[in-house]
Amino acid sequence: MSVLLIAEHNNKELKPFTLNASTAASQIDSDVHAVIIGHNCNEAAKALSELPLIKKVIQVEAAHYENFVAENFAPVIVKLAENYSHIISSANTFGKNLMPRIAAALDTSQISDIIKVIAPDTFLRPIYAGNAFATVKSKDAKKCVTIRPTSFDSCESSGGSAPIEKADPGEEFAKTKFIKREEVKSDRPELGTARVVVSGGRGMQSGDNFKLITSLADKLNAAIGASRAAVDAGYISNDHQVGQTGKVVVPDLYIAVGISGAIQHLAGMKESKVIVAINKDGEAPIFSVADYGLEADLFEAVPQFLEELNKLNTIQK
Amino acid sequence: MKILVAVKRVIDYNVQIRVKEDNTGVVTDNVKMSTNPPDDNAIEEAVKIKEAGKATEVVAVSIGEEKAQETVRKALAVGADRGILVKTDGIIEPLAVSKLLQKIVEKEKPDLVFMGKQAIDDDCNQTGQMLSALLNWPQATFASKIEIKDGKLEVTREIDEGLETIEINVPAIVTCDLRLNEPRYASLPNIMKAKKKPIEQLNASDLGVDITPRIEQVKVEEPPKRKAGIKVSSVAELVQKLKNEAKVI
Repeated sequence: MSVLLIAEHNNKELKPFTLNASTAASQIDSDVHAVIIGHNCNEAAKALSELPLIKKVIQVEAAHYENFVAENFAPVIVKLAENYSHIISSANTFGKNLMPRIAAALDTSQISDIIKVIAPDTFLRPIYAGNAFATVKSKDAKKCVTIRPTSFDSCESSGGSAPIEKADPGEEFAKTKFIKREEVKSDRPELGTARVVVSGGRGMQSGDNFKLITSLADKLNAAIGASRAAVDAGYISNDHQVGQTGKVVVPDLYIAVGISGAIQHLAGMKESKVIVAINKDGEAPIFSVADYGLEADLFEAVPQFLEELNKLNTIQK
Repeated sequence: MKILVAVKRVIDYNVQIRVKEDNTGVVTDNVKMSTNPPDDNAIEEAVKIKEAGKATEVVAVSIGEEKAQETVRKALAVGADRGILVKTDGIIEPLAVSKLLQKIVEKEKPDLVFMGKQAIDDDCNQTGQMLSALLNWPQATFASKIEIKDGKLEVTREIDEGLETIEINVPAIVTCDLRLNEPRYASLPNIMKAKKKPIEQLNASDLGVDITPRIEQVKVEEPPKRKAGIKVSSVAELVQKLKNEAKVI
């Protein structure tokens, strides 16, 4: 049977992780259908139909789908589920919020946050903040699976022309009302997909000092990350948090500044291709995962780093 | 208003876990166990609501082996009024936990159910959402702020893009983020007092729920190790290595 992918979008555009989830879905079965639920989301539905991996798009429209409330979305997918062997979405806050609601309604034991498809019923997933990897096999007839987007490549985004079918919307769940969303707007690359991430920790000592991180990130066209300690101390907002309870990032270059490297933080960045750690404590655990460690006072090292970068003729973007 | 708070006993978050040599799981013998950290936030929030006069009773429930009683006892020591322990052995999946919690909810009839957004052992992030699906209640996941307004809850949720605010009717499920509050420590007098608070013990098998695992844990392994890196002596050397050796800038 086919696989049903739940598309994540903002009614205008697809969210990038939908492309990673499509890749994961296609590794389970080549017959991937995608459902897009929203309000005035024709553009996003069209973009979805252009992914060559998608064989059919199901579009469900209603005003009460505008803000992605799980209580409204879940019954739509439960109804569609009878035609599918697997329901797939990203394990970001959208999918984490929604998928268990679907799984419980289908009486299926969900498999969360997989990093590899081993067989259509067998998956690899990190447990204990990535300190162990579990191979798990689902015995349920219908499988609900969320995928870790950074563990799967994004699929091609053009060249396909899947048919778009409309399906009837469900009723509104009146007991939950969306009020507002405060999105943090930025010209920088998104933390989850950036090629370079520069992160600051408690060693930054103040929110004001984070401008050192900002300057370095500007220079490297990087996203800005932070440890939970820096977020909790109020130096920077939570959407920058990298770690077990924040975002998992896998950039080509991760620069950890003034971050000691708590297990929870390492869980969110240790798969990065190249890791740099700048910390004055030579015993800090961050050095155990760093490819290049610099034991130095960050307030001296970061300005020097900027100077050295200024001397370079070119910096990769 | 009555608040039920679900708490899970897990390996303490400071423990470096070890995978068993036979790859059947992780070592839990002689390992420090604690309350799942965001469950502490859930208890704290419930107790604060009670202290503000907006709730009349806080009931802590845990599902697990006999020793999970310690986790319930800790919740009692920071302000929960009474406890429930649902005893089970072996692996119990979030779907089964949510079905057992559904039975407890039907019996206790709370107005709110709080729990942590995720357990730091299996990292599933499912139980709250599943329970709200089974009950057909509203869900407010990843909550970093809760305000009670005329029998409704206004909840700020931590989402990837920033923050989202929703309003939900009671009864409802709230899963708590670490930033919701700062959990208090139990004082010695309160630990002593907690010993006198009642804990009702139930067997999962008596609740009429099929909790047989649906997922076979084939094996548990160490993640691939990162190759040890080097220490550089200067920023100039670092930049040179990044440019010419790693070729990432």
